[in-house]
Amino acid sequence: MQKAILLTVAAGIAIGLAGTALTFAQTAPRSPSDSSLRPAASFSNIANERDRSVALFTEMAKVLQHPRCMNCHPATERPRQGDARRLHEPLVVRGKDGHGAPGMNCTTCHGKQNYDPARIPGDGHWALAPASMAWEGKTVGQICEQLKDPNRNGSRDVPGLIKHVTTDSLVLWGWNPGVGREPAPGTPAEFGALMQSWADTGAACPAS
Amino acid sequence: MVTLKVNGTTHSVDIDDDTPLLWAIRDNIGLTGTKFGCGVAQCGACTVFIDGNSVRSCVTPVSAVGDSDVTTIEGLAGKEAEAVQAAWIARDVPQCGYCQSGQVMSAIALLKENKKPTDRDIDLAMNGNICRCATYVRIRAAIHDSARALEG
Repeated sequence: MQKAILLTVAAGIAIGLAGTALTFAQTAPRSPSDSSLRPAASFSNIANERDRSVALFTEMAKVLQHPRCMNCHPATERPRQGDARRLHEPLVVRGKDGHGAPGMNCTTCHGKQNYDPARIPGDGHWALAPASMAWEGKTVGQICEQLKDPNRNGSRDVPGLIKHVTTDSLVLWGWNPGVGREPAPGTPAEFGALMQSWADTGAACPAS
Repeated sequence: MVTLKVNGTTHSVDIDDDTPLLWAIRDNIGLTGTKFGCGVAQCGACTVFIDGNSVRSCVTPVSAVGDSDVTTIEGLAGKEAEAVQAAWIARDVPQCGYCQSGQVMSAIALLKENKKPTDRDIDLAMNGNICRCATYVRIRAAIHDSARALEG
């Protein structure tokens, strides 16, 4: 009897340790190089202005292609969720205006703020990006061209884009995503500075 | 102390601001028609209306409700509610019934926005409401019946 109890306890501890290791693996922070952005000034050593502009956008793409941004810029009607970019559960769709289907809107579950006790993210502007702004599956160069195209960026010029990424509450949510989600790399200010420098150097796009 | 307006009645409840609305509705106000299923907005059993819009009350802190009108299954009224109630009874939709208040709330929310939903529309509106008895076929049929009744 005593042996059986000991075995049960040992098995419990083993399962507990395995669970802890798994939890740690899933939540362990990325290395600083992945979670940070290079300062815009650090690109000044690239003499060729176009090359500098391309390098700046490539750094910006660390944010644009991060799950916090990409999950709601999907190629399909259905967003993704989480750092692993799983399909959103339950099934939700963009709908006519980016706020879901009749009877099942984004606001059915997502409030104006993150609700960490249930790990539900929220923002007053919670929505799916329009299909014209889908980034999923595209190269950095394609996203860059798309971002500059007023027909596919909400009719924004480059200053308008900078204003959008530095002031829109849903964009800023990417750096304050609540418990259980990794923030977008760097800070909004660093990202805005990169975008400003990219604009100042001609807003060039990578070839691919 | 938090003040909540539920089904037209104002209640003062002694709870923290971040308490889920569902807990206030059930434990403090005593309206137990709204159910706790998952606590993470994955099952729909806790669905209520806030200012007429369907919301999962298990992930809505009372601080987010403010002066808004909360409607629970007990406070439903209006032509969509009547049509859904009649169709649910006629089709004998519930089996165990645990999820059904959430199903009814979501069905009414759909019919308020879409008077003639297709199967696809119903699936998209209702797939966030899980039924462990799998009464989905009867739910879908009852929503079609409700739409026809509202049309006629």
